[in-house]
Amino acid sequence: MPSLKDLRNRIATVKATQKITKAMQMVAAAKLRRAQEAAEAARPYSQRMSAVLGNIAGAVTEGHDTPHLMTGTGEDVTHLLVVCTAERGLCGGFNSQIARLARERINALQAEGKEIKILCVGKKGYDILKRQYESLIIDRVDLREVKRIGYSDADTIAKQIIDLFNHGGFDICTLFYSEFKSVISQIPTAQQIIPAGTGNSEAEQANGGAVYEYEPDAETILNDLIPRNIAVQIFSALLENSASEQGARMSAMDSATRNAGEMIDKLTLSYNRQRQAQITKELIEIISGAEAL
Amino acid sequence: MADSFNFELVSPERLLLSEAASEVIIPGADGDMTVMANHAPVMTNVKPGIVEVKSASGSSNRYVVFGGFADILPDGCTVLAESAVHVDDIDREALEQRIQNTKEDLQDAKTDAEKSRIAEHLDNLTTLQSAV
Repeated sequence: MPSLKDLRNRIATVKATQKITKAMQMVAAAKLRRAQEAAEAARPYSQRMSAVLGNIAGAVTEGHDTPHLMTGTGEDVTHLLVVCTAERGLCGGFNSQIARLARERINALQAEGKEIKILCVGKKGYDILKRQYESLIIDRVDLREVKRIGYSDADTIAKQIIDLFNHGGFDICTLFYSEFKSVISQIPTAQQIIPAGTGNSEAEQANGGAVYEYEPDAETILNDLIPRNIAVQIFSALLENSASEQGARMSAMDSATRNAGEMIDKLTLSYNRQRQAQITKELIEIISGAEAL
Repeated sequence: MADSFNFELVSPERLLLSEAASEVIIPGADGDMTVMANHAPVMTNVKPGIVEVKSASGSSNRYVVFGGFADILPDGCTVLAESAVHVDDIDREALEQRIQNTKEDLQDAKTDAEKSRIAEHLDNLTTLQSAV
């Protein structure tokens, strides 16, 4: 049975923790709003980019000139998995969900006998994956210093990936991130970025319709456009990720605050009971002492 | 009054400008071009330079862009810029830094094709620097 003093200390500790989780929740809420705004502001660019890409993909006849980034190497041996996670923890199942999806994919691909390379973006994903797949991780990108994710960050990652691809480092590249649905629901997603899927370009081309003139020519533009498109996809994935991270942290900290509140209630109850018991005990002692006289 | 068309300037971070314009000058890969309403559909690379927008209301604005694409249709024009800022907000130090980086890239370049590509990029950047 803890003494009254112990209980008082416990209550004080839990109260201090509750204050911290509450503050973290509010910070996450503010950051979430900003992250959501950033993700929304970036949407027009990626939408138009895919429209332009769809247009131009229809114009360039599939031939030798079509860049490899679009058609792929024609093989399916080496897979590069780009796993984007958060830099910090304390955000519920956010990081582990992404890591789990990546792990499932790795195991499935390994069972098929494919070669796998992993590029970690964000510290937490690296920490989780290195336990099992340290030898497969080729590099990690640290965004810890980055306050606000800018396009240049995504561009750097994209350049690194494209460089690797041009040197024959892999055949297929898949991006792992968490799609932001709402504050309480973030969906870990795998998206193939190389070779760029041309599946939906048909539909997008239909609304363009017009016969374009290309300056200098379609291949040159396409060669320039596809690396940029990859950077844009990574950029929007990073933005979705940061919104998801803040959302996950917000709900995690909300439930932590609530748990702390429940704990305080319980501790206060037993504290009061014990105090009452002590008072009663003292009274009995006094009364029985008086009776004995 | 000249016909107007819908002009949009988009950078990856946000939609910078969306308004009715009467005339837009774009630094195309094969030289500057002026886009007006009912322009034939053209898709072009944009090199680093200045996009000048004359809006339908008569005001004129200049934006610095660092590469991208322009998608031109008879009733609209969209510039997808890798990075775009208003001329007044340009960060000269950042521009200087870019030029410095490009110079370093030029020294590291191995093939001739790469060298000429980077040299051209550098050329565009220095032209831009003297223009702002």
